Amino acid sequence: MKKIIASVSGLIGGNSQADKMVPPTGFTVRLTLFASGAMAFLAVFALALSMASGRLAQRWGDELAHSSTLRISAPVEQIAAQTAAAMQVLSTTPGIENARPMSSAEQRALLSPWFGPDLPVENLPIPQLIEIEETSGGYDAAGLRLRLQAEVPGAVLDDHTRWRRPLQQAAGRLRLLGILSILLIAAVTGAIITLAANAALSANSQVIRVLRLVGAQDDYITMAFVRRFTLRALTGAAVGTLVGFIAVLLLPSAQDNAGFLTGLGFSGLSFLWLFPLPILAALVAFFATGAAARRTLSEFR
Amino acid sequence: MIELDNIAYSYGGGELLSDITLSLQPGSFYFLTGPSGAGKTTFMKLCYGALTPTAGSARLFGQDVRKMTRVDQANTRRRIGVVHQDCQFLDHLPLNENVALPLTVSGKDNLEQVSNLKELLAWVGLKNRALALPPELSGGERQRAALARAVIMSPDVVLADEPTGNVDWEMSQRLLQLLIELNKMGKTVLIATHDMNLIRTAKSKVQARVLRIANRRVQLAGADL
Ligand SMILES: Nc1ncnc2c1ncn2[C@@H]1O[C@H](COP(=O)(O)OP(=O)(O)OP(=O)(O)O)[C@@H](O)[C@H]1O
Ligand SMILES: [Mg+2]
Repeated sequence: MKKIIASVSGLIGGNSQADKMVPPTGFTVRLTLFASGAMAFLAVFALALSMASGRLAQRWGDELAHSSTLRISAPVEQIAAQTAAAMQVLSTTPGIENARPMSSAEQRALLSPWFGPDLPVENLPIPQLIEIEETSGGYDAAGLRLRLQAEVPGAVLDDHTRWRRPLQQAAGRLRLLGILSILLIAAVTGAIITLAANAALSANSQVIRVLRLVGAQDDYITMAFVRRFTLRALTGAAVGTLVGFIAVLLLPSAQDNAGFLTGLGFSGLSFLWLFPLPILAALVAFFATGAAARRTLSEFR
Repeated sequence: MIELDNIAYSYGGGELLSDITLSLQPGSFYFLTGPSGAGKTTFMKLCYGALTPTAGSARLFGQDVRKMTRVDQANTRRRIGVVHQDCQFLDHLPLNENVALPLTVSGKDNLEQVSNLKELLAWVGLKNRALALPPELSGGERQRAALARAVIMSPDVVLADEPTGNVDWEMSQRLLQLLIELNKMGKTVLIATHDMNLIRTAKSKVQARVLRIANRRVQLAGADL
């Protein structure tokens, strides 16, 4: 623990002397900056995707979970009577908190994405919808269907489960894929930084030999490399994250009915989740370079 | 400080050195001689713990080399000043920073030490070459810089591997003089060389013992030199 604190403080406080001991190796600088930048950029999208699917899953869950819809399709002149009969049945069903026929204005609003706002709902033989709110315990859908069949022939009960399940499952999967992508991105970043660090270490084998000969501790030499790569990864990832964030901001803004694609942006404070990305990159670089350095150092006495 | 107890060393083939029992007496002045390839550099590496004997035990400041951790190894190196045969500088750093390297890596490069550095550079006559890069230095300048680096931590022992290897007679006398001064300050000095003239002149100035590597063994040479 002490060791970790010491190395973190060395990392932040910095030891410009130790940095000077190791001459920078041009291409490893560029490789690390580029890789961590590009990977952070990709991670922003993975994160946005994962959060959008999370939001979607939640929205569907909330909106659909404790509600169902009863649809009454009947000849226009029978609709009112059947609606009343259905309300009667619903009001005596245990597990139903509240049931309410939708007004024609509400129905028009539901249909407007497909038919536009000027649809003359009143004159069309469209079914009447009854919105049902369940109690937390829920009701017995099969029993209700039987009773409705007997008393309200035009009623169809839609308890939303057949919509909800696959949608929620898909949203959950998407979210998982998003998280998995971030982990893969972290792993690839680690692999690339390990390659770069190994290249820098072997380019500097003479430096390491001399430092050991004059009494440098392994930790001192390790930190000279670790510090450099960690800072590079942090810088690269910060730039990549910023560019990714701007790119997401520039997506067309989310509209009420535009669905999933435009819902990719960051809502509210969720953009705060971007801050850990550069830190994750720095951590990956810290451990990858540390491991590479210790491996190399064991070859020198 | 450096005690070798019946040690042997081989790089993998046959034994290069065998049956060596020797302990360096504090404050003494030693020469180590023997033909090229006899194992002088190898012997020195055994003395500062860069190699572990393949048989027997080497103790540095009371600590068995075989039981040293990497941290111990680094700490031991700060107590033994070594002038390497090939100097071993960092070519991208100027001479003064190369000389100060042992201080820097041990976190002791404070102001007081920096003034010591100036004195040290003056002592080896490199005050006005302080900012030169190692590849820009002459052989003699490199050897003097290596000597300055070897003593900057005020070690008790100074091991110099062919310190006069590629310098002219005058410069070798100057380097010898510096090493004799160190010995007068109480440091144990061991110089590997095959330059018999150097040993002869040294003997007129300081009480020097001569170790000779012959037939894989290190023996104290008689007065026949
Ligand atoms: N790392 C190594 N691996 C294998 N063999 C080695 C290694 N280093 C040295 N040797 C061999 O060990 C022998 C002794 O080498 P060493 O450098 O100790 O000799 P030396 O007495 O210092 O010679 P010189 O006077 O030329 O510096 C040589 O034959 C050399 O080739
Ligand atoms: Mg040698």
